[in-house]
Amino acid sequence: MNETTQIAYDSKVEGEVIVTRADAVVNWVRKHSVWPMPMGLACCAIELMASGGSRFDISRFGMEVMRFSPRQADCMIVAGTVTYKMAEVVRRIYEQMAEPRWVVAMGACASTGGMYRSYAVMQGVDRIVPVDVYVSGCPPRPEALLDAMIKLQDKIGRESSVKAIRGKAPAKEAEQKAEV
Amino acid sequence: MEDATLVKLTETFDFLSVRASGDHSALNCPANKLFEVAQSLRDDFGFDLLVDVTGIDWDAASPRFSGVYHFFSTASHGYLRVVANCEDDINPQLPSISAIYPAANWHERETFDMLGIRYSGHPNLKRILMWDEYPYFPLRKEFPLAGIETDLPAPDVVETTQAKVKSAPMMGGPFVSTRSGPMSQAEPRARDESWTESEEKPTEPSDEAKR
Repeated sequence: MNETTQIAYDSKVEGEVIVTRADAVVNWVRKHSVWPMPMGLACCAIELMASGGSRFDISRFGMEVMRFSPRQADCMIVAGTVTYKMAEVVRRIYEQMAEPRWVVAMGACASTGGMYRSYAVMQGVDRIVPVDVYVSGCPPRPEALLDAMIKLQDKIGRESSVKAIRGKAPAKEAEQKAEV
Repeated sequence: MEDATLVKLTETFDFLSVRASGDHSALNCPANKLFEVAQSLRDDFGFDLLVDVTGIDWDAASPRFSGVYHFFSTASHGYLRVVANCEDDINPQLPSISAIYPAANWHERETFDMLGIRYSGHPNLKRILMWDEYPYFPLRKEFPLAGIETDLPAPDVVETTQAKVKSAPMMGGPFVSTRSGPMSQAEPRARDESWTESEEKPTEPSDEAKR
């Protein structure tokens, strides 16, 4: 009758209440379940696939749930050359992702246009979407991508968990001002 | 390719002339006879494969634009290059051979996209690489490698991002490997590193100023 079940939270050890900040809890949850979406546009996507494979194993860091739909993902990894023709698509897919969302520019092309200094290539995807982490390399090795994703986790851990709401605030304020 | 085929071709079509070539046999063909020749090449001469369709911009020369076709015979394993000059330098035009070789369809669209050569009789002549509203033909000689500032095709994306098609920073480029030798020592770099977009090229004092 008096058998007790060992659970993860032990009230005898930890007390009845845990005091923390909402940001810390929310960000802790978020950063350990980043669901990346591969925006594979060129050869960097091959390295991205290698990162997902068993040799490099991105799941060791809690972000293995690659989703190919923007509705189900919260981190877009732009892996490859963004042409001006494709820029529109990249932006639309970014807009289809639910908040909060992050963007990793993987490789030289996505970061700066790379070796393509030409009429057809957008000189960095940050011209159309806000980039959180840039990865150098042409293409970057999987370790570099893993490092970038870990840096993104750190960044998620540091930011305000209500970033999304705050991000929309200026528009709302503007509306309210207009109403007044 | 054997000379016999070339001789037979020039005998059959007296308007064809042999073109100087560093590799494969090549022929010049008047633009208005191109369709006829292509038909015969496929049906009578065994050139059953169209390998490539492209064009050349000869810049100031006239005729300015040439269409270049590479045919291959899987029977005799020989290539044949046919070059047709566009009569009009302003609105270059060639007959489409996509009715004979379906492979020409996309190749002709690409040549139209890059050089602006229009192919009459093409079933779907629209841009294939650049977007439909793009106002320039990028492989023409007067078009700079860096590109020309213009609008992105999606107005709503432009509205949210203020992005534009901007000419790429050349930074003293284009970036080419000038040295031979091991690749580690022949990294592509700008030919002239004395200028960037923010720091303009130092102008040498002209001869008049020296005096």
